[in-house]
Amino acid sequence: MNTAMKARTVKRHLRQGVKNIFRNGWMTVASIGAVTVTLLLVAAFLAVILNLSHMADKVENDVELKVLIDVTANADQIQELGNEIEKLDKVDSVVFSSKEDELNQLIKSMGEEGKSWKLFKQDNPLNPAYTVKAKNPQDTEPLAKQIEDLPHVHQVNYGKDVVNKLFDFLKYARVVGLILIVGLVFTAIFLISNTIKLTIMARSREIGIMKLVGATNGFIRWPFFIEGFLLGVLGSAIPIAVLMTGYHYLLKYVIQKVNLPFFELLPFNPFAWELSLLVLAIGAVIGVWGSVMSVRKFLKV
Amino acid sequence: MITMKDISKTYSNGVTALSGINVNIDQGEFVYIVGPSGAGKSSFIRLIYREVKPTSGQIVVANKDLSKLKERKVPYLRRDIGVVFQDFKLLPKLTIYENIAFAMEVIEQSPRIIRKRVMEVLELVDLKNKARSLPHELSGGEQQRVSIARAIVNHPKIVIADEPTGNLDPDTSWEIMRVFEEINSRGTTLIMATHSKEIVNTIKHRVIAIESGRIVRDEYRGEYGYEG
Repeated sequence: MNTAMKARTVKRHLRQGVKNIFRNGWMTVASIGAVTVTLLLVAAFLAVILNLSHMADKVENDVELKVLIDVTANADQIQELGNEIEKLDKVDSVVFSSKEDELNQLIKSMGEEGKSWKLFKQDNPLNPAYTVKAKNPQDTEPLAKQIEDLPHVHQVNYGKDVVNKLFDFLKYARVVGLILIVGLVFTAIFLISNTIKLTIMARSREIGIMKLVGATNGFIRWPFFIEGFLLGVLGSAIPIAVLMTGYHYLLKYVIQKVNLPFFELLPFNPFAWELSLLVLAIGAVIGVWGSVMSVRKFLKV
Repeated sequence: MITMKDISKTYSNGVTALSGINVNIDQGEFVYIVGPSGAGKSSFIRLIYREVKPTSGQIVVANKDLSKLKERKVPYLRRDIGVVFQDFKLLPKLTIYENIAFAMEVIEQSPRIIRKRVMEVLELVDLKNKARSLPHELSGGEQQRVSIARAIVNHPKIVIADEPTGNLDPDTSWEIMRVFEEINSRGTTLIMATHSKEIVNTIKHRVIAIESGRIVRDEYRGEYGYEG
């Protein structure tokens, strides 16, 4: 287009786009339905994945190494070991706890049963320990191996299996979810492009006349882009409503009943708002993409 | 206004519609295109408004070399050409006024100019009192006059009519011809493909006869030259 679009032309395109939505009746309903279903699943999936990631981050950040120190090591050697661990690149923090601290912690964590462990206070069988945190949770395993080789280290413990399993699960969940979403998005795009194809065919006479009297290609295309955009945006309305209310109640009721250490959901604000915006954007992109496809294919202007 | 040099057109299915066409049509001329069905009249006409591209040869319309014309410039060529069809091609849900205004809206004319110009052309085709009617409420001849009004509303330099009277009874056909004569007398080049012997032989103009894709006759104030 060699001149900027005039205001009344913009208005005309908007009016035409809205008109098309109503003109196609059931096909419009079908494609909005497809977008709705797609976005519902996308929203649910993203809510789950993002929350899982959030939890995984928490778990990851809570992954600690427990470096048990040889009982034979004296205070200087323990101090030296602490310095050496601190010098390692991957280490974030190092906290020392004496064998008395360890025992107290154990007793506390065992609750009622722990009381019997009090007997050991006279003859503490536990090792003093360093609690080490890696800067990057992924480095936990190599770091453990490094520390194991240092002198006066009795043993290095960390929740190896739990961490690895969680990472694996997240990896699979992300891949499977993404494939599912991509498939659904393409289905929705296909349906929208079909709906717009119907508009184009229903209006082929009109389009033919437009071409004959010298309407530019851009002028002919715009209403279809607007129709697609509106189909996508309308399709995102229900998913956003469901997402907002659903997440609200999820936070309100479910969270109270589940009492697991790492089970912590993202807060409503900003998470639900951001996700809604994302869902709206995906809807709009699906719609415009669908219209671009059918305009390219069926409107050889 | 229109110049064709060695124009040939072979469609992708192998049918040769035109070959070796050389013709020159000046501004303000009135030209009948005659010939049997399938001889290439429609292809000839569609070349002019760039509905089809020639396989070889050069064609210049309104000072634009169509072989060099970029795709996005085609709409601007079409604004110089008004096209009238046998089946009118009116939009059934729009009123007569809206049908004509539509042609101006899509080239983004201002509403003020549209109002003025639409009434002007309705006056010319003598349908001012039908402005608010829908196409199906009009007779065939009236509908064709609406489509002519739409074809000329943007002041084209050339008006092309592909068998405009093909669906109309003789009386109505004369009505249409009166409008064409009027338009032509104002300096618009008029090209009309027709099968009507009466019209060609009564209102004398240049006649170009096409048979089997070639121009077999081109004479000023010619005769129809075919039976029926």
